[in-house]
Formats: sequence, C-alpha cells, structure tokens
Amino acid sequence: MIADGTQSNPWTRAQRACVESLHIRLESLVVLIGLAAVMTVLSPYFLSLSNLLNILLATSTIGVLAISATFVLGAGGLDLSIGSVMGLAGVVGALVAVNLNWPWPLAVLACLLAGAAAGNINGQLVTRAFVPAFIVTLGMLGLARGLALVISNGRAIYGLPSAMVYIGQGRPFGIPMPVIIFVVTALLAHCVLAYTRFGRHTLALGDSEGAARAAGIRVAHHSRIIYTLSGALAGLAGLLFTARVNAGDPTAGLNYELTAITAAIIGGTNLFGGRASILGTIIGALIMGVLQNGLTLMAVQSYYQQMAIGAVLILAVFIDQYQVRRESRV
Amino acid sequence: MTLLKLTGITKSFGSVDVLHGVDLTVRKGEVVGLVGDNGAGKSTLMKTITGIYRADAGAVELDGQDILPLDPGARRQLGIEMIYQDLSLAKQQDVASNIFLGREPTVKLFGFIPGFVDKGAMNRQAQQMIERLGARLPALNRPVGSFSGGQQQTVAIARALTFNPKLVIMDEPTAALAVREVQGVLDLIRRLRSEGIAVILISHRLNDVLAVTDRIVVLRHGRAAADLTTAETGMNEVVASIVGGGDTSAAAAHEQQG
Repeated sequence: MIADGTQSNPWTRAQRACVESLHIRLESLVVLIGLAAVMTVLSPYFLSLSNLLNILLATSTIGVLAISATFVLGAGGLDLSIGSVMGLAGVVGALVAVNLNWPWPLAVLACLLAGAAAGNINGQLVTRAFVPAFIVTLGMLGLARGLALVISNGRAIYGLPSAMVYIGQGRPFGIPMPVIIFVVTALLAHCVLAYTRFGRHTLALGDSEGAARAAGIRVAHHSRIIYTLSGALAGLAGLLFTARVNAGDPTAGLNYELTAITAAIIGGTNLFGGRASILGTIIGALIMGVLQNGLTLMAVQSYYQQMAIGAVLILAVFIDQYQVRRESRV
Repeated sequence: MTLLKLTGITKSFGSVDVLHGVDLTVRKGEVVGLVGDNGAGKSTLMKTITGIYRADAGAVELDGQDILPLDPGARRQLGIEMIYQDLSLAKQQDVASNIFLGREPTVKLFGFIPGFVDKGAMNRQAQQMIERLGARLPALNRPVGSFSGGQQQTVAIARALTFNPKLVIMDEPTAALAVREVQGVLDLIRRLRSEGIAVILISHRLNDVLAVTDRIVVLRHGRAAADLTTAETGMNEVVASIVGGGDTSAAAAHEQQG
C-alpha cells in the first residue's frame, strides 16, 4: 500500500512537484528571478533585448561546459580539465582550418574529436589505471593547456574561414548562433539524462557504483563514455568560443571549469553524484551569466567577479549539503 | 531436477585463497541454507554465482547451461537474482528506478526514437509488486534513502522478484530486522518455494536456517564441509560442522536459545 504519510506545506509540495515534473530545483528558479529583478532595479540597461541576448551569448559557452560537468558529476566523477580541453580543441580546429587549410566541416569535426580524445584518455586512466578522477583530470588540465600552447607557439591563430566564423557570430532571425547551438544541445542533453536508460544508468552509477554493478550495468564502460562525452562537449564549447572571437586562442577557457561546475551545482547537481538535471544546470548557468553581466553593467572590476564566482560555488555546495543533512535526519 | 550446479569452484584474491574447490547443487524450488563462520567464503561463493566475481577454476551451470563466461546482467536475465546484505540500492533514486535498474522498459519517442524509459509502466508495475508483497511504503516517487531499513529491504526484495527469477540468493536477509519482520521474510521464502523458485539463504541466524530450509550446506575454510538434510539434522550437528568438531554443546545450546 502506498500512503503519503508526511505532512507537507505548500512550499515543500511545490518544490517536490517542480523536481518531479521539470527536474529543477524551485530555489534556483527563485534565485534567478530575484537576481534579475535586482539587476533591473540597479541598471536601466539590464532588461533591454540586446542585453538579454548578450547574457545568453555569454552564457552559451559556459553553458555547454556546464552540461558536460552535469553528466560527469551526476555519474559520480569529476572533470577539472574541461576548460583546458576547450582551449585545446579551439586551437586544433583553428590549426586545421587555417594552417592546414582544410574545409571548415573538417575543422569543426577536429574540435569535437580533439575534445573527445582528451576526455577518452581521462576515462581510460580513471577506469583502467585506477588513478583518481581528481588527479587524472587535474593532470589533463595541465597537459591540454600545455599542448594548446605548444602547437600554437603560444600565439592565437587568426583568419578562420567565414563559414566557421558564422557559427560564432551569425545571427539567423536575430538570434546568435552560439545561443541556438547551446539551447539545442541542452534540450538534447536534458532528454538523454532525464528520460533515457543511458541517463538513468548514469545517475545510478553516481548514486552507488555497487548497486549499478549489481544491476548488470557495465560501470567502467559507462564511465568511459561519460568522460568521452564530457570531452566532446568541451570541444563543442571550444568551437563556439573560437568561432565567436574568430581566433584559436590557446588561453581560451582558462578557469572556465570553476564557473561550469558552479553552474551545475547551483542547478541542483549533487557534487557526489546520483542527482543531476540539465534544466537545473541551464538555470545555474543563467544565474552565473546574470551575475557577471549585472556586475559588469554596474562597472564592478572583473577581479571582483572572480571572487563572486568562487563565493557562489562554496555557498551553493553549503546550501545543498545543509538540505541533504536536514532531509536525512527526518 | 537440478537447477544450479557448481563444480570445483576456486577463487583467490592475490595470495589469499578463499575458495578451494567448492561443489554445490540446488534443485528447482529447493531452499538451501548456506552457513559458515566469518571468512568461510560464503559471500565470495555467491558472487561467483551472480557473476560479480569470475571463478578462477571450476564450472557454473544453470539448467545445464555453462554460465561461467556471462556477466552479471546476462546471468540476471537467465533468472539469477541476489539480494545483497547492503541491499545495493541507489539511495537517491525512487522505488521504480531501483526495481527496474538495468532493465527499464522503453518506448519509442514519437514512434521512432528508441531508448526512452517508460516511466508510467515502471511505476504501475512497481506498485503492483509492492502490493503483491503486502508491504507498506511511504511513496513510490520518493528516494529510497529516505525509507526505513525494513522498507528498503522491501524494495530490494521487490526488485529480485519482479522479473520471475529461477533462483534468489539472499545474503543475511534477517540480520537487521525486527522480530515480526523476520517472520515476514521467512514466510516469503516459503512462498517462493511453493512457486517453484529456488532460494539460497545465507544466514548466521541458525534458527531461521533450520526453520525454513530443505538442506543446509556448511562452508569451512573455503570448502563445502557438510551437506545436511534439514529434516534429519539439528543445531548440534550444524554448529559442529561450522566450527569443525570439538565440544560444541555449549555453543549449540546458546544458538538454540537465540
């Protein structure tokens, strides 16, 4: 017999409905709307269409990285290398397009493959060599960044073909291409994580590796797919960034992993795996985007923005852990 | 009719030999108790049946088919289910997700995109199974980590029984339960037997083992030291087989009281 024995107030019920139907945390939505309201009051430019599109454009690269972080964290892993891999992938794409002068679709493919390759190496080392993910991806953070600097001689590569630049700067129907690519990627990722067997197995793996193994899920194989996917998404982020700035910059994506992981955790992803939502992550990424945009509009020095991101990360994990502790005490 | 047949199973971890050639047969609809001291190799032996561990040597046959090369998922599909002592639940996922983990029913989205989980069907079947077990759960859509120990065990049992198993292995199912819940589990084991499902019961609670099994196999130092018919044996003989001779009357008397 199934009986709902717990009394719940409207807020708790709304929270639960929100989590069950939309897979997002009500709190993060409230924070996003509240933050936007504050910015609207503080700056007359905030609510203009061009500024809102700016926020979306600035969020798209970080957003794709945050999707990557959501999969890896949800599966109980950690990928600190996504910012560096993004930089490496952008440089590789620019090299293929400019130095090798190959057609632009190959350059696009090169970005994704370079990212996937780096991610696959992470996955192989974590699952076959049993080096902790923290160490493997911290090492890859250095390796990928170093390699990006080596193959570009430390200089940005300019002169991309116009078709590639269109991916970053084109505006069909007035909407920036990176925003379109980000939204499509996010919707696909949401469907995969929330509604497919692959997504369910990912969360089960992050929840309890033992339970996943006992259920017949090939956990090592699944982890390798997740890390490879994470790298490929970082490659996509690298492509968007490179195309937008029209240059393969070896320093692109520096410290982006910090913002991406923060966005995922604000969106309700459990740092230790087992609970994750792409829609939540998008809200998290938008919160970070609005925060950065608002601080810029108010002419706050960018150094303070770094501090704000770091503080928000710690605060988000604190609130998450506080809630988990409170729920488990019931 | 022999359902499961193990012959000469050996398993070692590094330099530690855990199993030294274990033979074990289980017939269809038979309840076999597997007892032995800590470290006798009970859990290791069971994991070689489910496929979590691969035996170093020996044969594992189900219905005459060699299942040694199969992975845990494939063995599960053939009808071997195990309820682990730690229950192996994904604590942040809900009841249906746990029951169907690794075997989710799927539908095609818009009729052609495959791989989408049929959550509605999962919830319906999960509810039916919980009701068939006569169990009470707070809610199907709540993470199982928020349930009590007995409720979590219900979920683990429901998961084992949903896919019409031939053999259910239970590792210490009564160890952490209240007195009344123990009877519930023993009744369930009897019901499985009457439905023709074989059960291997691992337990330290010898009274439970004597009460519900047809046969008791004693593991000692990685070997099957005794194979006793429950109706013809008693606490003394079981305890003596477990500890390996000597004066065991005091220990047996103690177990008898428990």
